[in-house]
Amino acid sequence: MDNQTKTKIEKLIKESPIMVFMKGTKLMPQCGFSNNVVQILNSLGVQFNTFDVLSDYEIRQVIKEYSDWPTIPQVYLKGEFLGGSDILIEMYNSGSLKEKIEIELAS
Amino acid sequence: MITKTEIINLIKQKIPHSEVFVENLKGDDHLLVTVISSKFDNLSLVKQHQLVYSALKKELASEVIHALALKTKTPN
Repeated sequence: MDNQTKTKIEKLIKESPIMVFMKGTKLMPQCGFSNNVVQILNSLGVQFNTFDVLSDYEIRQVIKEYSDWPTIPQVYLKGEFLGGSDILIEMYNSGSLKEKIEIELAS
Repeated sequence: MITKTEIINLIKQKIPHSEVFVENLKGDDHLLVTVISSKFDNLSLVKQHQLVYSALKKELASEVIHALALKTKTPN
């Protein structure tokens, strides 16, 4: 794993309580799975930052290794890997996502 | 292009005695994979998905499979 890229990823994760690595931007998601995550977080009304992996080939590759997760999007909450779009959808539907975010952001 | 049977076999090799279902979502390259296994007991959702992804590592890295929705469940 390239160390410089890894450091960049760690910085991004540390700087935002909720960090989403996605294809495209909040306003223009470039993939349906990334769009799902943006819509879910928007509907919960929480603040989150995004990083467009299409703008950075290094991060696009290294994040997969870093998270041990082969697909994009990837969501980090308070520095912890939360999951990709399937997990976010499942947690959203069960109500556990809102609860988890509220607890983590309060601490 | 990878067939549904190939995907099912790869997952079953990694997770023996699992039940695996593969459906098309929209195009041929958008798949919904459901895996049911008692191996998921006591594993977090992230770990459950990581286990399935590890069976498809090569195919995901080469983007032979590029859009995959995943559902994991335990038998009960």
